[in-house]
Amino acid sequence: MEGSNGDTIGMDEKVRNFSINFGPQHPAAHGVLRLVLELDGEIVQRADPHIGLLHRGTEKLMESRTYLQNLPYFDRLDYVAPMNQEHAWCLAIEKLTGVEIPRRASLIRVLFCEIGRILNHLMGVGSQALDVGALTPNLWGFDQRESLMIFYERASGARLHANYFRPGGVHQDLPEKLIADIQTWTEQFEPFLQDFEGLLTENRIFKQRNVNIAVVTKQDVLDWGLNGVMARSAGLAWDLRRSQPYECYSEFDFKIPIGKNGDCYDRYLMRLEEMRESIKIIQQCIVKLDKCKGDDVLARGKLSPPKRADMKTSMEALIHHFKLYTEGFHVPAGEVYVAVEAPKGEFGVYLVADGTNMPYKVKIRAPGYLHLQAVNYLATGHQLADVAAIIGTIDIVFGEIDR
Amino acid sequence: MSEALKELAAVLEAKQSDAVVSTSIDFGELSVVVTNACLLDFIEFLKGNSACQFTTLVDITAVDYPGREKRFEVVYHFLSMVVNQRIRVKVMIEEEEHIESITSIHVCANWFEREAFDMYGILFANHPDLRRLLTDYGFEGHPLRKDFPTTGYVEMRYDETEKRCIYEPVKLTQEYRQFDFMSPWEGAEYILPGDEKKDT
Repeated sequence: MEGSNGDTIGMDEKVRNFSINFGPQHPAAHGVLRLVLELDGEIVQRADPHIGLLHRGTEKLMESRTYLQNLPYFDRLDYVAPMNQEHAWCLAIEKLTGVEIPRRASLIRVLFCEIGRILNHLMGVGSQALDVGALTPNLWGFDQRESLMIFYERASGARLHANYFRPGGVHQDLPEKLIADIQTWTEQFEPFLQDFEGLLTENRIFKQRNVNIAVVTKQDVLDWGLNGVMARSAGLAWDLRRSQPYECYSEFDFKIPIGKNGDCYDRYLMRLEEMRESIKIIQQCIVKLDKCKGDDVLARGKLSPPKRADMKTSMEALIHHFKLYTEGFHVPAGEVYVAVEAPKGEFGVYLVADGTNMPYKVKIRAPGYLHLQAVNYLATGHQLADVAAIIGTIDIVFGEIDR
Repeated sequence: MSEALKELAAVLEAKQSDAVVSTSIDFGELSVVVTNACLLDFIEFLKGNSACQFTTLVDITAVDYPGREKRFEVVYHFLSMVVNQRIRVKVMIEEEEHIESITSIHVCANWFEREAFDMYGILFANHPDLRRLLTDYGFEGHPLRKDFPTTGYVEMRYDETEKRCIYEPVKLTQEYRQFDFMSPWEGAEYILPGDEKKDT
């Protein structure tokens, strides 16, 4: 350009793309995510997630601990819904050892897995709303989460890191009062959800920020290995509880919400619907639990401790208890891959046992790992402000991604 | 379920006889060991063949067996939503041996392969971006190998005088204890403190 004085850009000069660091200390990064974004104006050209800031070497640590000592590590993966993770570990051990768990334990597991799903979705939807500018839903969600955590505490003694599911069943039976309280809680949840929806579903700002953002198609789901709500939002009816049933899910009556458009708004609606379905499962569980009152909740054998009363009189029971909590049980050599439908998607455990009391190799397959990998694909072409909505909708927790 | 898996194993052995080394069904899961040279063709076949349709990559990891001549076992898990089946594919490789990246067939293999490289040092040929993923920037070694100590080699702290983070060799105030509960009646040979001088 003739007579250019430096503050105008000529036709042959190029505008350089702008790189920014999103995180690792960004409130919308849901933990410790460092996202290197390359921007052209406000449009994202490339997103490079740097993960591993919360890497604790869980898989390495597990190789030098017994099977029972490894259980609490699973609470610390996806710490938003701890028991769903424990479930996968217990199922893997039970598959290798061929243990059948008592019916009451199976029902309690389903009950708490569904509570975990609600815990997760309340957090997921709440923080997604927070990321796009609404504070209240998150606070309301946390209020409900608090009641659920108290149920966790009353069952296991810990609000978050429950360590409640054990190979062979669950640690302890539930008190009658607790089951009654869970029933009362489920009855107030539907009115709560309606209030919650009233804040968001038809909210103009919320819709503007979420509709048609990060649309996934069926092909994207297959290419990027998306699962859980992400896969179902594209219209794929795939839920492990239904398609590869584990525990006693096959006898429950529930629906699986499927999305139509595959955008962030669909996924929000689906999470709400999934919570309603979880409530149904919990209520059916309570009815079924009532029919097997007082039954044992552990498959008494090598995997689980003897009854306290037996230990007072039986020498063998005492020895078994001592050996179980020092040496731990031995798992026959073999390898299994077990997957459960965690709230975020398919959570899998690949366990290689060599016949000793410690696993030879454990690989934890977290759903969020693949979702985060797809961020580059999902965010490209969207505006910088949409990145927050995308991170919110893929529902990531760094405990399980970084391991 | 296991009948269908047997059929599938037979199909794979017949149609991919060059690639398949062995098949086995344990705990209701099908594992197929394939040769490194034919890996890409085999995975392409799994994805494209109408009897398989393993279009979803579930997981890639490795297992370290230091005693074996071919030290690493790279393990792939695939899922077919259409026929509702899972399959495990294994490739044995030596320490310095390259393995072909499958990112050209499954895009989402990218991070799994980066992680396997990071944790085990497995070299994936033709990977678009083989950087470390989970470990620290500038980390050395491959932590999930069996010869890597659980405590690691370096520890980091903030140095008040230098006003920055510094790395130092690991100093343990107490020796790292690995309890071995193997029963002496089941073949463990213990050397009690003091006994090591007995035979000399």
